[in-house]
Amino acid sequence: MAELDTSSGGGHKKGGVKKAKKLSTRIDLTPMVDLGFLLITFFIFTTTMSKPKTMELNMPFKDENMQKKDQSKVKESVALTIILTKNHGVFYYEGIGSDPTKPPKVEYTTFKNPGGIRDVIIDKKKRVDAMVASGANGLTKTDKTTILIKPDINSTYEDFVSIIDEMSINGIQVYAVVDITQVDRELAGITDTAPVAAPAP
Amino acid sequence: MSRPKIARKSTFIDMTAMCDVAFLLLSFFMLATKFKPDEPVVVVTPASISQVILPDADIMLITVDAKGRVFFSVDNKNIRKGLIQDMNEYKGLGLTEAEMNSFAIGGSIGTPFNQMKGYLSATPDARAAFDKTTAGVPTDTSVNNPDNELAMWIRSARNNNPKLRICIKADGEATYPSVQKIIATLAGWKIFKFNLITNLKAIPPGSFASRPAETAAK
Repeated sequence: MAELDTSSGGGHKKGGVKKAKKLSTRIDLTPMVDLGFLLITFFIFTTTMSKPKTMELNMPFKDENMQKKDQSKVKESVALTIILTKNHGVFYYEGIGSDPTKPPKVEYTTFKNPGGIRDVIIDKKKRVDAMVASGANGLTKTDKTTILIKPDINSTYEDFVSIIDEMSINGIQVYAVVDITQVDRELAGITDTAPVAAPAP
Repeated sequence: MSRPKIARKSTFIDMTAMCDVAFLLLSFFMLATKFKPDEPVVVVTPASISQVILPDADIMLITVDAKGRVFFSVDNKNIRKGLIQDMNEYKGLGLTEAEMNSFAIGGSIGTPFNQMKGYLSATPDARAAFDKTTAGVPTDTSVNNPDNELAMWIRSARNNNPKLRICIKADGEATYPSVQKIIATLAGWKIFKFNLITNLKAIPPGSFASRPAETAAK
């Protein structure tokens, strides 16, 4: 190729150009292939192909200076309160439990399906939709099923993600994660106080 | 009668094609790869049906392991450098330039401020050993608590890069109060929207979330 002919000693011979010996252009590529596959293996093992998936979470806006009139009110008839507790258990009751004279009926269920919290949510949604359609309890079209999620101190992060996931599975648009109150703990009969939940800042 | 001679074939195979394939695959993996970030703890995230993909850049990652220890990390090297400089100044950590650089190129940090200097000057092996026993970044529910070091990290990181998206990567076994502290700290800085990193699980058939897909199939 681009080589200079340096063998110019002695001038040209009669026979003209000396024929160069043709070397084979075949190279043994086996070691190169070996190296290639070695590097492929390395990259396969170090790579993370699937990107992590995330779940967006919107917490209710909280401000110390918030006016009472700016706070959104939850209507008792559209609300369902869910309390997450130990051993992946779930307590739930209708409404928000704001009336101490009429304590709500608290029931216990789990995350299993069917027969778990999903059925409860679907049932609640159906009843609220029926009430909105008939206009019972003074509900209008703007009212939607509202779920309050109150994780207890002994619930795990997995329960928390599961219950928020249930909201998107069942198409619940309005839900809020709120701190559990002593009233709720008494209603659900939770007595363990091991890690005490700190009050909201 | 002599048997007819079987012609000896050369055992030499043309490797060019194989070599082409090997390097094609190699270049694919080299371009498609993103190295696994160096994580101090193993975290098994719970599963959800959410399919939102985590963006590549501008991430603040708060990791919580099964024991509730908190680790903090920001993705960009330059932001990490700015962050540790701010922290050094603000908390009077007395870090050297080399120690700050070792923070900038490092991974998640789970060290309280009073042990930061020793941690950053240690060898990588010693740091990995420390991460196994550390108590994590001290956290509290109130941002006004001076012991809430996570709050300071979050504030400084956001000062350095306001576009940061906040992600919480917590172990499914972590207790809710340990995660609640982080959520409360974020709420203290008026951050009410953040991402939780989860694994993907299938949408249960027949549920509300599966309806758009089912009607599209019809």
